[in-house]
Amino acid sequence: MTLAVRHLAVRFGGVAALEAVNFEVRPGSITSVIGPNGAGKTTAFNAITGYLRPAGGSITYDGVPLTGLRPSAIARRGIVRTFQRTSVFPALSVEDNVLTGLHLRGTGGLFEVLAGRRRLAVEEKGLGTEAAAILAFVGLAHRRREVASALPYGEQRLVELAVALAARPRVLLLDEPGAGMTGAEKTVVSGLIRKIREQGVTVLLVEHDMRMVMGISDTVIALNGGRVIAEGPPAAIQSNPDVIRAYLGTSGGPA
Amino acid sequence: MTRAGGWLVAAAALTLPLWLSSAYHLHVAIMAGIFGVLALSLNLLLGFTGQLSLGHAAFFGIGAYTSALLTLKAEWSFWPALAAGVALAGAAGWLIGRLSLKLRGAYFVLVTISFAGVISLVSVNWIELTNGPLGLPGVPAPELFGWSLRSKTAYYYLVLAALALSYMVCARLVRSRIGRAFVALRENEPLAESIGVNVTHYLVLAAVVSAAMAGLGGCLYAHYTRFVSPEVFLFTYTVTMVVMVVAGGKGTLAGPLVGAVLFTALPEALRAATSWQWQMLAYGLLLVLLVFFLPRGIVPAAQALRGRGAS
Repeated sequence: MTLAVRHLAVRFGGVAALEAVNFEVRPGSITSVIGPNGAGKTTAFNAITGYLRPAGGSITYDGVPLTGLRPSAIARRGIVRTFQRTSVFPALSVEDNVLTGLHLRGTGGLFEVLAGRRRLAVEEKGLGTEAAAILAFVGLAHRRREVASALPYGEQRLVELAVALAARPRVLLLDEPGAGMTGAEKTVVSGLIRKIREQGVTVLLVEHDMRMVMGISDTVIALNGGRVIAEGPPAAIQSNPDVIRAYLGTSGGPA
Repeated sequence: MTRAGGWLVAAAALTLPLWLSSAYHLHVAIMAGIFGVLALSLNLLLGFTGQLSLGHAAFFGIGAYTSALLTLKAEWSFWPALAAGVALAGAAGWLIGRLSLKLRGAYFVLVTISFAGVISLVSVNWIELTNGPLGLPGVPAPELFGWSLRSKTAYYYLVLAALALSYMVCARLVRSRIGRAFVALRENEPLAESIGVNVTHYLVLAAVVSAAMAGLGGCLYAHYTRFVSPEVFLFTYTVTMVVMVVAGGKGTLAGPLVGAVLFTALPEALRAATSWQWQMLAYGLLLVLLVFFLPRGIVPAAQALRGRGAS
């Protein structure tokens, strides 16, 4: 159940966004990808989840290749992502957002739906219960009837998280879950991420907030210039000279 | 719509021929029903998946020509010809859906317009089959258990049944996970993919159902007017459908029906009320006012009003 990235390369025109990136995400871990702007973090996410076609290398989950699959097929294999910029179904209620997220949990095909099968009515009721449980988990139960786009920013990010959780991920990829949040909101999100891991979901996240990263990660992967420059437990990464140099610039490093 | 309101509308629709004294009024009601089927069909794509088909008259025309040709030349009876018309229109919808796999927005619109253009040219130029611009007169009226549905009252009930069936198809789809997948495509396509919605699959599905329904409208039209010509592919039909859906309220179930009734009855009422110069002007003015004051359509505006009254 390991997500493995091998020799991953992504190019935009002549520019190499990622070259020969290697890492593994241990099952049941919280792994963070850090790096300065333009290091290739989101690009790696986009390649893993099928939004970008890599120029080379392979991505496998549990030994099965994901490269070349469309995003929905990758989601069906249990690898689900969120987006860096807030991404909800804006005109739908919070509850309908989560119900939509439960797409893979539903089973009705065209003919069953048109025939109005009783089984589906039962299933819909079950999905409603499941949506309510997910909303309670992220703490948005009181908002369920509200239109998603009308919520404050921090809560929209929670809706996004709820939608991703509804897809029953085995590996959850979070792209800057704490971006733009207040300190208190970040604490809530960190707590949620830990709880999600406790439920057996592997978490891979991209995050700029070092306090958050160091607080929740088991493993940290540092990217710079499209390469992995360091990998290890938070404490080791924090004191890694290459990482410090990447963030502060070559001339600013300790002599 | 509330449950009581729904029953009221159903009761009114079922007893309508008793209320309407003149054959002319019944004719308007039949046309409103046919356009209701077409508007429901367009709304599946435009209102729920968010994709505008400006070639919807093509599916309408395919349905009309298929059942007209099968009853006239192959001497099929009405019902299998109807099924064939619906199926062929649905197949055309599948083709459009597949062709525009990755095309959205303006590009999807262009594909649908071009498709309608091509089909229209075929109907004009394949003279051995379609009789060209002269069209196909004498399309037979449908029969049911040996009983002709030639009378306007009988045909009204046929159209009403088709409308009810189309409404039911839309309602069941929209309230299912399939409908939620359509809306997910409209609202946020990358997010929809990320949670496992294969958006291509659902766009093709919506196109097939929508086109088949438009084909149903075409069959009903052909066997009602008893005449089919390349005029069924006119852009005006598509525009009328769009006006009905947008004015009634796209993305709602009742909106297309309200739009269809309003914009079938309105030109007729204007015709009775004023000279022809003023008709188009009044029609245009009303449309501008509607879009200006109720940009989301009549039904959403009414819902908002009721919601405000309740709270």
